[in-house]
Amino acid sequence: MTTAPPLIAEKPKNYLNSQVGLKSWLLTEDHKRIAILYLIVVTAFFFLGGFFAVLIRLELATPAGDLLDSNTYNKVFTMHGILMVFFFLIPSIPAVLGNFLIPLMIGAKDLAFPRINLLSWYIYILGGLFTLYVLLAGGVDTGWTFYTPFSSSYSNGYVIMAGLGIFINGFSSILTGLNFVVTIHRMRAPGLTWFRLPLFVWSHYATGAIMILGTPVIAVTLFLLVLERGLHIGFFDPAYGGDPVLFQHLFWFYSHPAVYIMILPSMGVVSEVISTFCSKKPFGYTFIAFSSIAIAVFGFLVWGHHLFVSSQSVYAGMVFSILSYIVAIPSAIKVFNWTATMYKGSVRLTTPMLYAMGFIGLFTIGGLTGLFVASLGIDVHVTDTYFVIAHFHYVMVGGAIMGYLAGIHFWWPKITGKMYSEGWSKVSAIIVFAGFNLTFFPQFLLGYMGMPRRYHVYPPEFQVLNVLSSAGASILGVGYLIPFCYLLWSLKYGPDAPPNPWGATGLEWQTSSPPPTQNFDITPVVTTEAYDYSSLEGVNVG
Amino acid sequence: MSHSHGGGHPHPHSHTHEHTHDDLDDEHSHSHGKHHIVPKRIYFLVFFTLIVLTWVTALVSTVDLGRWNIFVALAIAMIKASLVILFFMHIWYSTKLTKMILGAGFFWLVLLLFITMSDIWTRNWMGVPGR
Amino acid sequence: MDSHAAVVTHEAEATVPLRHHFENLEQQKDASTVGMWVFLVTEIMFFGGLFLAYFVYRQAYPAAFASASNKTDLWLGAANTTVLICSSLTMALGVHFAAIGKRKLLVLFLLLTLFLGSVFLGVKTYEYHDKWVHHEVPGEHFECEGCKDAGHASLFFSLYFGMTGLHAMHMIIGAGILLILIWQAYRGKFTPEWHTPVEMFGLYWHFVDIVWIFLFPLLYLIDRSGRGLS
Repeated sequence: MTTAPPLIAEKPKNYLNSQVGLKSWLLTEDHKRIAILYLIVVTAFFFLGGFFAVLIRLELATPAGDLLDSNTYNKVFTMHGILMVFFFLIPSIPAVLGNFLIPLMIGAKDLAFPRINLLSWYIYILGGLFTLYVLLAGGVDTGWTFYTPFSSSYSNGYVIMAGLGIFINGFSSILTGLNFVVTIHRMRAPGLTWFRLPLFVWSHYATGAIMILGTPVIAVTLFLLVLERGLHIGFFDPAYGGDPVLFQHLFWFYSHPAVYIMILPSMGVVSEVISTFCSKKPFGYTFIAFSSIAIAVFGFLVWGHHLFVSSQSVYAGMVFSILSYIVAIPSAIKVFNWTATMYKGSVRLTTPMLYAMGFIGLFTIGGLTGLFVASLGIDVHVTDTYFVIAHFHYVMVGGAIMGYLAGIHFWWPKITGKMYSEGWSKVSAIIVFAGFNLTFFPQFLLGYMGMPRRYHVYPPEFQVLNVLSSAGASILGVGYLIPFCYLLWSLKYGPDAPPNPWGATGLEWQTSSPPPTQNFDITPVVTTEAYDYSSLEGVNVG
Repeated sequence: MSHSHGGGHPHPHSHTHEHTHDDLDDEHSHSHGKHHIVPKRIYFLVFFTLIVLTWVTALVSTVDLGRWNIFVALAIAMIKASLVILFFMHIWYSTKLTKMILGAGFFWLVLLLFITMSDIWTRNWMGVPGR
Repeated sequence: MDSHAAVVTHEAEATVPLRHHFENLEQQKDASTVGMWVFLVTEIMFFGGLFLAYFVYRQAYPAAFASASNKTDLWLGAANTTVLICSSLTMALGVHFAAIGKRKLLVLFLLLTLFLGSVFLGVKTYEYHDKWVHHEVPGEHFECEGCKDAGHASLFFSLYFGMTGLHAMHMIIGAGILLILIWQAYRGKFTPEWHTPVEMFGLYWHFVDIVWIFLFPLLYLIDRSGRGLS
């Protein structure tokens, strides 16, 4: 792909060992080190959010409310939602993998604004501290959606602190998106035109755009909510003449596109992984690239489908319903193109590939059930049931987290310079896939039968499916813990990774593993299209 | 400070040779860093217009134009904002990319306002309370 | 601010601070400009949420909004708008003098901008105080003498304080940054080749001006002819 040969010295200094000490990490402006900082904190929030998921599934193992009372249960599912959505899923792939890889993939030395990048991590930490404070002080029980007037007038939880935590965290997301967009526009290596960019970069460009355009709206919404609750001045509460549906409009203007902040980066990862392990240029490169942009744009036109059962006008509902179907088109284009890439490819079933294939299947189910809930009539039937829960967990867990794990496994050798155990990683990929389906497929059935979300008790006839779901959750939990263990293990005992262990084509594989602080010893000049596997011929591929 | 070790390619964008699908980013290579110096008289002209429009909009608001009051007020505000954006903020002289970013911002603002208002406007159309 | 910036004494030839990850100054300048505009887009969307709330409630409660809006001081508002536009002019001229390397004029015009911004904030404070005295601040003691639909008039004042308050907060942050810039300009840090911070701040200041250009008609100028009030 480039004319710059990989230069590997005997004992190369890399970004990990070029400087030592805590201070060199906490004050670093190196995008790769900031990615590691994000990785550590994001992982912590993932397991904290997972802990609350465990509590939810334990409680729901029996029909009675024997483990948690209703108030505690409300707080538990709220914290699960807040932690997973705002503090894990949204920063996960962009702030970890995007941060690490975008400059490498475009042949730059860093993101355009390294100090802003570091600032975004500190803002994230500050927002996280607010959330942890809420957790320790007694929690918040509004659900992660903070609907008014419950949140502004009736809730007994720490709504203000939780709102401020997410408000602050939003700026971290905005700054990350800003950095990505400017970097992709202005920092590309010579010869790296838009249509030579890896699809991962395209998907992060689209993600960055959503972060920039959407996040400020939820920031101001939560700001108004805090004012209403704190100072008792009216914005949304009908008691002050306000319109609670306005809150829902503002909230979902961001929070629906936020789903695409979670899924688009995963799609980018999957595009890279599938191309690499089929050693083929992705089928319909241009279509995949533009479908990312299309998802980002269309994603902003559909938020009203969360308001079908509110007092939103039915005419607006109908339009939102039709527009929601349109988002399925670019998503389907991607799925078709990935499968077409695999068709007659020499597929190598490595761990990242297993996760990527899992992603395609689970995302397809999540996406198709999205069409069910996008249609007005069915949505009225399944609103606020476990059908919706199952649908968005297929997208966010089956989609976004599978993609995240695919990416972590794919680039782990590049990030750490170490190889992990193929055997363990394949086993855990299969455990995650099985556990995931056992957890969430029964929830489709439960929801269709009418089990509502956000209740800690349920009628006994729902117990069999709930027990299956809880059993699945424990398997899924094991599936998440195993990678945590063998990846840590690999840091110390894993064999050293070669620069390009998978036979991939991106610029990031042309530099050493782990990369030097400057990323490239010589700035690469790009002369070929993306995914040109012919350039790798003769290179020994592991 | 190792910014110039790029070998034979001093600049990543200014010479994006043969194939450029890259209209957006190419644009800026014409502007060549040197900033366009706007003549001072343009600033004063814009300033004068802004002041006049401010007092026009204040005075017009005291005249009963029925439902047109708000349109006049908003039209004047948009003219004023455009003048500030075009000349004080140099958008008139800036690259396509900058214009596109600003355009995207306004487009999304319109999406937010218009789509939400379309819900408000069509409520109660059915004549059923709440619908 | 920038560790690579050489500290330069008055009138001396300044070294241009190029950060390590850029190939050249042009790329660095471009990145800053694009980044600043992207930031301003986030600001548009941030204020956008408030504007949406405004339009929704103005549509719903026109009489309340008209009578509450008449409680604001039209001429004070117009005068304050004038002050803010003057500060935009001085800012634009400040950037102009930075670009042609007139250090003293740059400092002077930044000072003028700061002064005019402070006048604006002073007038705003006076207006807030006036509202406070007349119990027109939403909350338990809210009253709106002679208002139609006083219950919904409080929504108008919620938005009034929310919107002008956020605007004022942007002005205060801007004034803080101006102080730093004035000091740096005085020390001769900016040159015709590199005065990016002044330029970027100019964009921010003009943006804040634009927000006010919309706030003024929306908050002060509803039904001033008194049609809906009789």
